[in-house]
Amino acid sequence: MEIINLDRLSANPLLPEVKKAMIDAISLDYGNPSSQHRLGDEAAGALDSARDSVSRLINCAVPNELVFTSGGTESVNHAIKGVAQAKADKGKHLVTSNIEHNAVLRSLRRLKMSDYRVTSVPVDPYGRIDPDAVAEAITDETILVSIMHSNNEIGTIQPIEEISQITRDKKIVLHTDAVDSVGVVPIDVQKMGVDLLSFASNTFYGPTGVGGLYVRRGTSIWPLLDGGVQENNKRAGAENLIGIIGMGVAAEYALRNMESRTAQAKQLKEMIVKKLPDYIDEYYINGHPEHHLPNLVSVSIKYIEGESIVLMLDEENIAVSTRSACAAGALQASHVLLSIGREFADAQGTLVITFGLNNTENDITRFLAVLGDTVKTLRKISPLYSKDKMA
Amino acid sequence: MYTEIVMDHFKKPRNVGVIEDADGVGEVGNPLCGDMMTIYLKIEDERIKDIKFQTFGCGAAIAVSSMLTELAEGKSLDEAKAITNKDVAKALEGLPKNKLHCSNLGADALHMAIKDYEDRKIGKPREEPKRKEKHEHSGDDACYCPYCDAEMEEGTSFCRACQTDLEEAH
Repeated sequence: MEIINLDRLSANPLLPEVKKAMIDAISLDYGNPSSQHRLGDEAAGALDSARDSVSRLINCAVPNELVFTSGGTESVNHAIKGVAQAKADKGKHLVTSNIEHNAVLRSLRRLKMSDYRVTSVPVDPYGRIDPDAVAEAITDETILVSIMHSNNEIGTIQPIEEISQITRDKKIVLHTDAVDSVGVVPIDVQKMGVDLLSFASNTFYGPTGVGGLYVRRGTSIWPLLDGGVQENNKRAGAENLIGIIGMGVAAEYALRNMESRTAQAKQLKEMIVKKLPDYIDEYYINGHPEHHLPNLVSVSIKYIEGESIVLMLDEENIAVSTRSACAAGALQASHVLLSIGREFADAQGTLVITFGLNNTENDITRFLAVLGDTVKTLRKISPLYSKDKMA
Repeated sequence: MYTEIVMDHFKKPRNVGVIEDADGVGEVGNPLCGDMMTIYLKIEDERIKDIKFQTFGCGAAIAVSSMLTELAEGKSLDEAKAITNKDVAKALEGLPKNKLHCSNLGADALHMAIKDYEDRKIGKPREEPKRKEKHEHSGDDACYCPYCDAEMEEGTSFCRACQTDLEEAH
């Protein structure tokens, strides 16, 4: 039986046109874009063309504001550590939120080992940050504010535009981790007013191992990787040309089809939210009802644990993701779910359902039916369920 | 990541349920740590005549509970007391290292259920099932870092191998 993949945040397949462009590129004897000869020129041309396409997807003022990286993780590390180093003279204080991805949290943790200080702003029960709280967290020594655009566990989208008004007034660099947003929802770096924005190509059906960091002209940032003068002196090392070509094609497709893709995702999301009560009871839908990703549903199911649900669904050829501690290899429940006020046990039973281009209403119908059975089975095993029912 | 036998016990868990008039009940774990297990015993002639379990937890936790009930059923109390968490993991042909910390609690729950039975027999007033609030190490079971699988030093929360502070990491 074909696998129904509702774990699209973890991995996306390559679009056929992306695959073709990459295979074509592999077959060519490209030079190094930095070389002076004809082969190098051709490679540089392909690189420029991809940069044009990707910079249009996020609406850079000029394509040179875009730095190609090895993916979202590198972009985030570069943004945070690069600004921290470039601005250390001004101060060593950074502001972030309680629900950031580990790429942000651990980059900040690394900085803390070098005497940087970090203030983390809480979120409301929908996972939204209050811009005023960001303003209050800023001190004279603050050099960077890093707030994610959309959250990978609950899908909530943050008021980045409002936050950027604050950071601009105070002349503080603003970075946003938009790894789960770029290519999914319209992103306009100029309108948002951010100085740095991280994203990854696989989110919009480009290859993994390629991403980008938007750097507004004039932003002080040091390279993360030192070496050659590639990427406008911001990212050393010969470019991953084949991957970048794939990302360029994927970006063009994403921009062209943004409206229809968003509409299709929204439809599936609405279907899940509307029909879920027919199959299971006692659950929470996480995230903001209005400001959210169209392709993600986060649901905390009471009395049962996420990894068990994922394994049982897998037996029925359905792939979803969980944020339970067991599955994440952590010892405690997700910091995001705890931050929005979920109990430990409820956080453990959280599924993140994400869908994409290839998913259909039939997929959702089958998923819901199997989920209903799985929840029943696991609740029969659960001591929490029987205890609650007897009480 | 799991052995075939783990998956078999997870998919078709043996002895699931509650014994309403149990002679002994043992409960370990808490949702904070991830897993909870409850073991119910029916004892006859100092042997485990019937055993049932309920578990909130991952695939490993459910398989551990199921396997434990198979190992314990029909055993004398002394034999059952000798069953260790390690025995359960071995019967399952191994568990991922990072699951040994929080999911391999079956023998602890069994031992608590036997203790509950023995307490009741000598007339100790019936208590609510005792729940261990924190995982305690039994025997020589080592603890492994959930991020890098390296063995942790006892009583520390900092993994030297991957430089992760487990307390701070969450």
